[in-house]
Amino acid sequence: MKLTVAMVARLVALVLLLAFLFAPSLFEPLLRPLAGPRSPAIYNQGSLLSLTLSHIGITIAATLAATVLSVALAVVVTRDFGREFLPLSRSIANIGQTFPPVAVLALAVPIVGFGTKPTLIALFLYALLPVFENALTGLTTLPSSVREAARGMGMTGWQRLTRVELPLAFPVILAGVRLAFVISLGTATIGSTVAAPTLGEVIIAGLLSSNTAFVLQGGVIVAIIAVLSYDALSALERKAARRLGRPATAT
Amino acid sequence: MIEIENVTKRYGDNTVVDDVSLRVDKGQVAVIVGTSGSGKTTLLRMVNRLVEPSEGRILINGQDTRDMPAYQLRRKIGYAIQGHGLFPHRTVAENIATVPHLAGWDRARIDARVDELLSLFQLEPQHYRDRHPVQLSGGEQQRVGVARALAAEPDVLLMDEPFGALDPIIRAKAQDDLLDIQRKTGVTVLLVTHDMDEAMRLGDRIAVMAEGKVVQYADPATLLVKPATDFVDNLVGTADRPFRLLSLRKVDDVMEPGGADGGEPVQPSTSLREAYANMLWQGREALPVVDASGAAIGQVRLAAISRLAARPA
Repeated sequence: MKLTVAMVARLVALVLLLAFLFAPSLFEPLLRPLAGPRSPAIYNQGSLLSLTLSHIGITIAATLAATVLSVALAVVVTRDFGREFLPLSRSIANIGQTFPPVAVLALAVPIVGFGTKPTLIALFLYALLPVFENALTGLTTLPSSVREAARGMGMTGWQRLTRVELPLAFPVILAGVRLAFVISLGTATIGSTVAAPTLGEVIIAGLLSSNTAFVLQGGVIVAIIAVLSYDALSALERKAARRLGRPATAT
Repeated sequence: MIEIENVTKRYGDNTVVDDVSLRVDKGQVAVIVGTSGSGKTTLLRMVNRLVEPSEGRILINGQDTRDMPAYQLRRKIGYAIQGHGLFPHRTVAENIATVPHLAGWDRARIDARVDELLSLFQLEPQHYRDRHPVQLSGGEQQRVGVARALAAEPDVLLMDEPFGALDPIIRAKAQDDLLDIQRKTGVTVLLVTHDMDEAMRLGDRIAVMAEGKVVQYADPATLLVKPATDFVDNLVGTADRPFRLLSLRKVDDVMEPGGADGGEPVQPSTSLREAYANMLWQGREALPVVDASGAAIGQVRLAAISRLAARPA
């Protein structure tokens, strides 16, 4: 791999992030000026590392579940037997996107209680549309000669799906997953308003006690994770697309 | 052997293929020619059941194509299409191995077959095996497409405008290669094209289709001298007819003893059309004929060729 400026910058960001998570006290002098005179500069109401891990965990779980359902749905509505459900499934995914996550949290809490669950539901609903739309695009824009050849060679419907259609749609589906994942990373902070253990806790604690240092460290950790995972998924996508001789379509 | 018996295809009230019967003998090359919308591609696609006939039946080697599931039938029939349809995420070797793989051949047999086919299509196996389709030229992609169609040693090869996407020079080479490979494998070929020159060049028999019907099914010479309808007459090109007739014959057919003095020599396998053009261009009444080693074996005269270009009595 070429060591470009961008690669060095990413590496530095990653090292700084890990250093901050494992030894936050090292950074105290840096954050001291932002905290009030009698307030702590480093978040002290829980472990930053475990909050980060659960933040990422919740995001991955929600994105993964949304990906499985969206791709399955996209596959069904692009088969002959499921084509009539295409408009219906589109509207369902669209509705998921139009609900503001805060509203979903507010509605979900009375049903499933406080904690991680309402956050997972909100992120899951929010991730459905980008993955579904991209999976649909990937599966419906395959070159017609390739589809025709796959049928003409004597592949069964299942073989065409698993050996030709999904592999070819993979980069486009991945682009949808990347979008959903990054949006969810940011949105997950709101989950702390209903007691989900995410980095939102740090930000909210900072806002409540007028401690800018808290707000900043919570926000920056989320931002760095978002940027790094966006880049990593983009690189994966490019690699997959290059193999296919087909440019990845970003949405 | 392919036997198409009274096959009709309707979409609603629209009859696309209308009561067509056609027989292609083992080892023959049959070409279906027609304008777009004549139903020629639909007819071809009914042979491997990519389209199901509304009426009639199709037999391959005497067996009804409906006797087995469509996907199994297709594995026994080679299929090559315009724009090759290679799988972009698979290597050349994996593409060619598609049907043998589906048919459950063992690894060693597949590898051997892939190398054999690559060599047959003049693609150095070592060099091409692990490439991806995007890394090949148009002509190479097309050859891999045909190699893939022949991979499982089918008795029948269906081709839908296989050379449509190639430029004229590569197309001529691809056509020669196809005839060469057809002779080596003895495969029965059914090919669809809208290009009459291509049909004349490749077909042992040519079926002319118009509005869903086969209006004439005959060998190329008969098509030229005894067109069944005005439509066929038009299609074979009234002005080009003598030259097309000549392109079906070889120098061998009219070679005479004696040596023409001077002029660029031709070979016995040269088409009469080409020999005739050479004579006109060089302003000569006769050209010497030489064998592959360059030794003179006779001559060919302008007058003899002209007689063959005339409408037979």
